[in-house]
This record gives sequence, structure tokens and C-alpha cells, in this order.
Amino acid sequence: MREIDKRTRVSRRTVLRGGAAAVPAAALASGGFVAAAISADAAWAQDASHLTPHTMASLVRMARDIYPHDHLADIYYVNAIKPYDAQAGGDAALRTMLEEGIARLDADSQNRHGVTYIGLAWEEQRVGVLRANEDTPFFKKVRSDLIVTLYNQKAVWPKFGYEGASADKGGYIHRGFNDIDWLSSV
Amino acid sequence: MANKFDQNDDSVVVIVGSGAGGGTLGNELAQKGVKVVILEAGKRHEIPDFINDEWASFAQLAWKDMRTTSGTWRVHKDFPNLPAWIVKSVGGSTVHWAGASLRFQPHEFKAKTTYGTLAGASLLDWPITLEEMEPYYAKAEYKMGTTGTNNIPRLPGNNNYKVLEAGARKIGYKEVHTGNMSINSQPRDGRGACQQIGFCFQGCKSGGKWSTLYTEIPKGEATGNLEVRPACMALHIEHDASGKVTGVVYADANGQHQRQKARIVAVAGNSIESPRLLLNSASSKYPDGMANSSGQVGRNYLRHMTGSVYAVFERPVHMYRGTTMAGIVRDEARLDTSRGFVGGYELETLSLGLPFMAAFLNPGAWGRPFTSALDDYANMAGLWIVGEDMPRETNRVTLDPVAKDQYGLPVASVHFDDHDNDVAMRNHAYKQGAAIYDAVGAVRTFPTPPYPSTHNMGTNRMSENPRDGVVNKYGQTHDIKNLFVSDGSQFTTGAACNPTLTIVSLAIRQADNMTAMMKRGEI
Repeated sequence: MREIDKRTRVSRRTVLRGGAAAVPAAALASGGFVAAAISADAAWAQDASHLTPHTMASLVRMARDIYPHDHLADIYYVNAIKPYDAQAGGDAALRTMLEEGIARLDADSQNRHGVTYIGLAWEEQRVGVLRANEDTPFFKKVRSDLIVTLYNQKAVWPKFGYEGASADKGGYIHRGFNDIDWLSSV
Repeated sequence: MANKFDQNDDSVVVIVGSGAGGGTLGNELAQKGVKVVILEAGKRHEIPDFINDEWASFAQLAWKDMRTTSGTWRVHKDFPNLPAWIVKSVGGSTVHWAGASLRFQPHEFKAKTTYGTLAGASLLDWPITLEEMEPYYAKAEYKMGTTGTNNIPRLPGNNNYKVLEAGARKIGYKEVHTGNMSINSQPRDGRGACQQIGFCFQGCKSGGKWSTLYTEIPKGEATGNLEVRPACMALHIEHDASGKVTGVVYADANGQHQRQKARIVAVAGNSIESPRLLLNSASSKYPDGMANSSGQVGRNYLRHMTGSVYAVFERPVHMYRGTTMAGIVRDEARLDTSRGFVGGYELETLSLGLPFMAAFLNPGAWGRPFTSALDDYANMAGLWIVGEDMPRETNRVTLDPVAKDQYGLPVASVHFDDHDNDVAMRNHAYKQGAAIYDAVGAVRTFPTPPYPSTHNMGTNRMSENPRDGVVNKYGQTHDIKNLFVSDGSQFTTGAACNPTLTIVSLAIRQADNMTAMMKRGEI
């Protein structure tokens, strides 16, 4: 059957500019271990105009912890969170909700583990902090927004094996609508 | 070419809504020489405008005006302002529907007699029988080009169907096929054959699927007897001192209030807006709303017992390729109370694209149990459950005491609680759906909760006795002889099948009876 090429299609240049970052110096300085390049030092966090770099980085970390897909690079989570910065510029209540929401995650994390939320090395620990906050309006908003801002990125669709629009390609009548080939073997 | 009728022309029939009921009734009347004005709240989006993109299409077509909800149904928690996923556009929900066109079984017109009295249910027999409906079902199937009827071949099965069929046969189901679908399996009636595009819910870009948008409505317009006014939201129905209706006040595209006079008004705005319009038409003569002397307007809201089962396999399925509702298992639609419930259910394939799967698989869920399911999206198959739900007086559409829409009118508030029978049936269906997929090697199955309602029925139900319902066997309101209801809100009970074929059949029948009444000078 015709299968989907799930390899990343964004250019290396895009990844370097948007997703990756220098060594997360702040995290290293504080003695924490950070597995990925999600850090307040990242260019996309430093570029934020209305939210602090720490809040941006924490929101991206939160996005990854809420909807973890190991086959998705950070760039897609950054893309999902980035619009909050501009929205916060025109919406003081949103800005407060996001800044205070992250501050509360950090406070919870400090109480439990002695480090900020983003400084927690294990996903299990970070998820524990999120679970304790999942009924807050802040968490609910971020989670429900992510359903659209993460999964409605056309660039992520092929990574899940979803092909998107088909009418412009003549539908699937000649492109595998009935090409399943393994049923007889089960 | 479409004519335009004068707003003071009181010889026209005004129909509110252009979907399966209103669009069909409009064309049927126009063909008989009756002048018709259809008021449609939505804009006119034609086939080239449709978008193969779930969220973008939702923004284009869905009814997103404010509504509120209450009750123990999970939709209230997950989608508190979206009780229904239906369409605000010319063609109504026939733009969005999957195409499944099933006739009721004989006993499903006699639910009260057949099922007896159930505590907490307001069961009633329809005032019509299958025998009376059969000629109209036949006309509807011919009109819509339903596969498996009129020597029209069934559609070829897609991957999602093949998984369903293989599993269903392994566990012993017999009545398994690609359905009775009003989707062209070969060119017919000036429309092409299905191209297996998928995106049936987003408007069919090949026109292979029947919709009033590009069948009934242009045919009616071609007679010169039908005018469709898009972006015209009916606000209330007016009446004279005798109580007869005289016209409809509506807001046009600019928000200006207009009045279209009428000889007859037919309400076909789907089962949430139709009772809302009647309730919003309250007057000193009709203080509880129009046609509501029984107090039944808005009650007995039906949405079908639904749910989905998705399953993940070791190898790819690509369920989204091809027709969304690509096949059916009918064995459980039978009447058999030994299963622990009355009524029955169908299992029909269903697929969602990745964006809607993320939104609907388990609303509110997060973390790896959820994302690991989506990681296997390409290896998923899925089915939807359509079962008969029990009518309940307390499941109802009312006017929200607080929330108002953009016209300043109270919005519809939808209350729903599952009946115990619905819960028992859903649990049975979840088990059977999972068994089908387990039989062909599913590694994981998901009993997925009901989506916002696509099948909305029952809120102006048909009854023999005016005390028990809102309309008679012709869809004519018991209270006002020139006021009709022409959509699924007429349904006395919901049966175990997708409602559109029955709505279309009732509209064809209503057109016959309405013109006969007009000729006899009764209305």
C-alpha cells in the first residue's frame, strides 16, 4: 500500500533559526540538566516582545509535556506557542494569565522539587506539576488552544501519516483508497 | 433563473431553512407551481468554495452562533456552547452529511407499542406507518440516487471499510456492506461519481454526494417559482387576529429587519433552531410560543445514542482516504431485548482527519496515553455508533434566560441526559465495536465519547393526539393550520438510522399534502 513519508520537510535553515538554540546557559549555571533546546536563551524566547523569555520557554516546555510527540521537533511546539506573544501585546488579561500561570507552576515545582518547572529534568515530574494545575483556567486555555495551534499545522500532518487536502489531487480513487494489503494475513 | 418575489406577496409559501427538509420541500412545491421563498440564515457557498481542511471548513460552514447546554451528557462539559455540529449555509446540513440513507424498520414507527412503557421515557407511536411512507422513501431514494436502490451499484469499499468488514464477518455479522449512500457510484442526474476524496463532512467537492445546495435548490430556482434568500435569519413568525400565520420577520445580511408576507410558513431550521423560532414567536395570543398549546415545543429532543470506536493496528490503514462513511454493519439494528435494551443500533465507518481526531478522540485528555494514540493515526480504523435513543420530556430545547444572540434574541439552550437504555446500548456497542477490531488484530481500541450532535430530532414531534406533540401526520401544526414543520424536529422517535432519508421523504409527502390542502382551500 502507498505509505506516507514522515520525514521532516522543513529546511535545515528553518530549524536552525527557529527551533534549535545555543547551550541553555542559564539552566547549566543553575546546575540543572536540560535534555532539549527549550530554554529562555533560545532565539525564539529572546525575540518575545510581550512575554518574558522564561515564560515563553516554559510555555513551550508545557506544550511538549501536554502533547508529547517524540517524532516532532521543538519547532512545532514553538510555532504553537509563539502567537501568544503578539496576543499578549494587545490583551493584558491574557498576558497576566500566562505570566502568572507559569509563575504558579514554578512555585509548585519549587515547593515539591526545589527547582523551577522548566528546570525539572524528568517529564514525569513536570507532568506531576501540570496535573496539580490542570483545573486552572490557565492550564485549560493553553491545552485547548494547543489542540488547534499544534495539530492544525500542515507541516505536522505528514509526520502522523495524514495527507490533508485531496480534492486538488483528484481524491484517492487512484491513490490508494482501497490499497490495504495485510488483512488476509490476520 | 431565480425569480424574486415581493415582500408583500402574501401568496408565497415561506420556508425557514434550505436543508434536507426545507430545500426539498421548496423544490417539490416549486415543481407543482407553488411560489416559494426560502429564508436561509447562512451564506451561499458553492462547490468550488468548499475547503478540504477541517478547521477552515468548520469556520466556513458550521453553525457557530451562541448556544448553551446543560445536563449530564458529556458534550455539555467538553463543548458547552456547541451542542450540535450542523451547518449554517445554503443547503443546510446536507452540505455536511455523510450520505447514509436508511429506511426505518416497521417497528420503529411504533416505538410505544413495540417497546412498551419505559420509566423516564416519553415513547409514542408515529401517526404514520412504514407502509404509508414506502412510496415516499422510494421517491426520495430515486431523487437522491441512493446506492443499493434503483439498480444503482454500491460504492467500492475503502481501507476503513475493509477493516470493518473483515472484523465484522469474523465475529459472525452477516449484514455488512458499503451502505445505502446518496453518493453517486456512477455519474447520475448531472453529477459525477465519487472520487473517494474524503472530506465528506466539509462539503463534497466533486458533487457526487447529494445535497439540496446543487440539486433541489437550482432545480426549484429553474422553475421560476423558488427564491432562496441567503444570510437571512428568521427572527419571529407573525399571525393575525384569527391566529393564522401571516409572515416572517427576518434580519437580512445587513442586519436590517425585513418582513416577508406568507400564505403558509414551513419551519425547517433543524431541531434546535426550529423550536427556538416557535418559542421566540410568542405573542399575547400564543404566550408560550407558537404551536405550543401542548407544551411540547422543544421537548423530546433526540440526538441518537452515539459514540465511536477507534482502533490501532500494527500496520497502516489510512482510514481518511475515501468516503467518510464507507460501510455499515446492520445486524445490531434488529429488535432483540435480550441484549438488555430496547431499540437497536448501526455501526458505520467514520474517520476524522488529524486535526479533528485530536479534538474529538478524548476531549480534554492530554499526556502520553492520549498522544501515543495519535502517534498511530495512520494505523487507525474507526466506526461510529448510531442507535435509537429514548425520547424524554426533560431533554429539551428552551430559550436561555440570559444569553442573547447578535439580533438580541434569546439563544437556544439544549438540555440532555442519557436514558439508562441509551447507556446500556452504548456499552453494548462499544463492546461489539472493539470485538470487530480485535478480531483483525487491533492492538488498542478507544471507546470514544459522542461528538456534538449531528442528528438532531424530535423537538416538534408528530402525534396523533394534539396533546402529545406539535404536528400532525403531515407536519402541519396541531394549533395553526397554515404553519408547518418540515425538518427532523417532526420525528416522533429516532429509529436506529441516519435521519436524512426520512426527512426528505417526509418533505416530498408534505409537499403533496400541502398542495392538496391549498387546492381544497383549507389553507
